[in-house]
Amino acid sequence: MDPPPPEPVSYICGDCGMENTLKPGDVIQCRECGYRILYKKRTRRIVQYEAR
Amino acid sequence: MASRIPRAETESETETESESLDESSQNQILKFLQDLPDVPMGKLSPHLEFQRTRCELKADAPIHTDTLQYSGAYASVGYDNSTRLDNFCDNFKVKVIRLTEEDMEFDMIGIDPALANAFRRILIAEVPTMAIEKVLIANNTSIVQDEVLSHRLGLIPIKVDPRWFEYAENNTPNEKNTIVFKLHVRCAKDTPRTSVKSNELKWLPHGSEFPLISEDSKSGSSSKPRTYTSFSCSQDSFPEFSNKPITTMENIILSKLGPGQEIELEAHAVKGVGKTHAKWSPVATAWYRMLPEIVLLQNVEDEVAVELKKKCPVNVFDIEDIGNGKKRATVARPRDCTHCRECIGGGKEWEDRVSLRRVKNHFIFTIESTGALPPETLFTEAVKILEDKCERVIAELS
Repeated sequence: MDPPPPEPVSYICGDCGMENTLKPGDVIQCRECGYRILYKKRTRRIVQYEAR
Repeated sequence: MASRIPRAETESETETESESLDESSQNQILKFLQDLPDVPMGKLSPHLEFQRTRCELKADAPIHTDTLQYSGAYASVGYDNSTRLDNFCDNFKVKVIRLTEEDMEFDMIGIDPALANAFRRILIAEVPTMAIEKVLIANNTSIVQDEVLSHRLGLIPIKVDPRWFEYAENNTPNEKNTIVFKLHVRCAKDTPRTSVKSNELKWLPHGSEFPLISEDSKSGSSSKPRTYTSFSCSQDSFPEFSNKPITTMENIILSKLGPGQEIELEAHAVKGVGKTHAKWSPVATAWYRMLPEIVLLQNVEDEVAVELKKKCPVNVFDIEDIGNGKKRATVARPRDCTHCRECIGGGKEWEDRVSLRRVKNHFIFTIESTGALPPETLFTEAVKILEDKCERVIAELS
């Protein structure tokens, strides 16, 4: 079985907050401001809390 | 033992000595007893009636604070102290002093403190309301942590009559026991920081919109994806909600969002009582105080009257003119008295002038509702709960 094609993942710039989509092999750099620290986004999976 | 012998001797000596005095002292006692005012049978003498119905505040401590429950407490003076239903019905009175949408003050007259306190405790801990219990967070990039945000959501009062709903008790959430709210807010880039308020919680009458992930892969797209609730019909098809959507208390700040931050969540509210968690308590608080009674034991005139008026921080006393340039103090607003005892401080002479009392069977009851039910309905609900408890006891005993 072939591995599924790599999906582009979006990251958030640590400086300007811009959303960047990167594929494997891309340069880790913000397209807007050139900042080199990018953060992974929070999972969309639902987390359940007790309101107490 | 040795020390007791001489005492016994002195006692016997006085006995023999007093034999000659006996006749005159006995006459004195007899005369005193005959001079006492006549008290009709079945009534208490004034000082006993005072002890029974009033609690007096002295400068150091209150006295006669207890209430006598025992039916034969005054049997020796022929007074029946038993609690009877017809007596209660004749004497019990309720007077509403103030009533607004969320706040009420009323007087309950002729009730035992145990019952007044039972109502207070039931109001706080046992009258049910709806409150957010589960929070499903899909996204939260605000600075308020998920746990803290969930806790804040839990404390929001929900404006809905809890009598339309059932307790959830481990059942799957359905349209009869759960209310679902959605909160989806975003602060756009290059906009100033915004506040998230409780108004942005939107009621979802059809139930949860988040699909259960485990079911996703199996069922495919053949039927509706299963969600976190299983509503068989929409809640707005119920007549009670059809033209009146369920809302929460407005203008409660939940969080603040900076540019680019987002909150997306669902909040599931269920029915509960205040003793489980204070978020289910239907009252901001409910309390009572006993009616203050202030009596001037002497005529308080001129400079002393002015001083008395000045002593009271809540301005209970007034001064009236009695002609010839003379002034006299009167008790004008006894209900405002906080029993701070400022007026009886400052020496024995003040204690002789003013008597501070509480009427033991007169309760000034205050209820502040959080908004789920109006305060007068809360009280009748509390009465019903106490009734149920009594019925349970009777059923246990019979």
